[in-house]
Amino acid sequence: MTDLTPRPGAAPLGRQILAQASMESRLMLRNGEQLLIAVVIPVIVLIGCVTGGKHLHLHESRPLVDIFTPGVLALAIMSTAFTSLAIATGFERRYGVIKRLGASPLPRIGLLAGKVLALVIVELLQLVVIGAVGVALGWSPTVCLAGIVGFVLACVLGTAAFASLGLFVAGVLRAEATLAAANLIYLLLLAGGAVVLPASSYGAFGHVTKVLPSGALGEAVRRAFDDGRIDWAGLGIMLAWAVVGSVLTARTFRWE
Amino acid sequence: MVDGLVMRYADKTAVDGLSLTVESGSITAVLGPNGAGKTTTLETCEGYRRPQGGSVRVLGLDPVRDRRELLPRIGVMLQGQGAWSGVKAEEMLRHVARLHANPLPVGELVERLSLHECGRTPYRRLSGGQQQRLGLAMALVGRPELVFVDEPTAGMDPAARRTTWELLRELRDSGVTVVLTTHYLEEAERLADRVHIIDKGRMVASGTTEELTRGSSATVRLVVDRELSDDAEAALRVAVGGWSSDHGIGLESIDFASRTLEDVFLEVTGRGLEEETHD
Repeated sequence: MTDLTPRPGAAPLGRQILAQASMESRLMLRNGEQLLIAVVIPVIVLIGCVTGGKHLHLHESRPLVDIFTPGVLALAIMSTAFTSLAIATGFERRYGVIKRLGASPLPRIGLLAGKVLALVIVELLQLVVIGAVGVALGWSPTVCLAGIVGFVLACVLGTAAFASLGLFVAGVLRAEATLAAANLIYLLLLAGGAVVLPASSYGAFGHVTKVLPSGALGEAVRRAFDDGRIDWAGLGIMLAWAVVGSVLTARTFRWE
Repeated sequence: MVDGLVMRYADKTAVDGLSLTVESGSITAVLGPNGAGKTTTLETCEGYRRPQGGSVRVLGLDPVRDRRELLPRIGVMLQGQGAWSGVKAEEMLRHVARLHANPLPVGELVERLSLHECGRTPYRRLSGGQQQRLGLAMALVGRPELVFVDEPTAGMDPAARRTTWELLRELRDSGVTVVLTTHYLEEAERLADRVHIIDKGRMVASGTTEELTRGSSATVRLVVDRELSDDAEAALRVAVGGWSSDHGIGLESIDFASRTLEDVFLEVTGRGLEEETHD
């Protein structure tokens, strides 16, 4: 016989956030499609660009792996913070998860913190895998304090920008429409958003890509690893997108 | 607890000046047909919706303003889904348990509600009854002092329904207040200490099951100790008809119903199942 006498109480917020983050990251890594977008596609893009890029006649004197590895790292951040988050959140709404958790002791800020922490966990994993593949292909990044700070800031602001936009998409569209839109936008930005390829390879269109969140993130990560510099302009653009995305999300997001 | 509640959707009034109070440590059923406003009322008590008229107090708290203080103290079973599509039942229950300070032992709940049969099946492929049982477990795991269960046994087979009723009774006996909505008359009658019947957003009747069913002496129930043959049944009809015309009383109806289909189903499946599990 179970002792059912009431002993209500919320777990400490920190523990709730950890539980939420571990649950969400586990679900993300267990889902085949999510894993494909988070790790498999970026690794294929990296290997494909480095081995096949020789025929592209890019006006670059540096080894291709040095150009593409930072770009693919940026792509990985975009895929997790935007595509994976949007799809996961869309289906959470559909299956009533957000509503159900809304009746648990987990506050909204805890839910959001849990999601961010889950993204960070997945991104760290991506960084390790893609970095290792890059190094195996001969990547030799510039490692200095400014470069590391620039990379971390790019990750933080890039995640903030793409996550807020991803939540916006997931909050206004139905789950299936979110799935389609998040994948389509991902492919469009991968091809034309200057995330993997530098803006300079897009000719005049490069001026447009620089103000896209994808182009800004790609440039900021490249500046960090190529020149060991902090790309303040790119960080500013990502911050602006994060503000736009957050305002849109806050205005439109429906929890059910 | 709820006083003069009014809730509208667009031009439709879902709840229309409803007032009801729930006694702590009891089972209260809110009974009504689909669309009567049961879920809307419950979700207002849970803080999902803001009252558009009247006021709601739960454990002395305002469910919207004091939501953070209220939520850890209550358990909620929603109608419909409420878990990640790829999550396993026990994994989901453990997750909800981790959000609470003193959760019930997850293993015991899994056992009680036969959730182990869900195994490694992802949530989206569980049957409706399995999803319902998981929903109930999630409502109870935090050791709440008050639980709101919305149509708890909808989609459950009779055996699971009985287990659920037993569990809800045990909760009450342990000092937990239980508020449930249902559109099953039988569920309200067998389970609830107090029943509020609502229809079209208004309270139409309220009281203990006995008070509600005792009510008038216009319904007479006759129970006999054996199966009636066709002849005996015809004779009884004639006798009753004669008695009513002698006394100038009109007969609305005479029913010769033996038992409900659910009784039969329980006897041939439910009870059998339970005997097996007790071995």
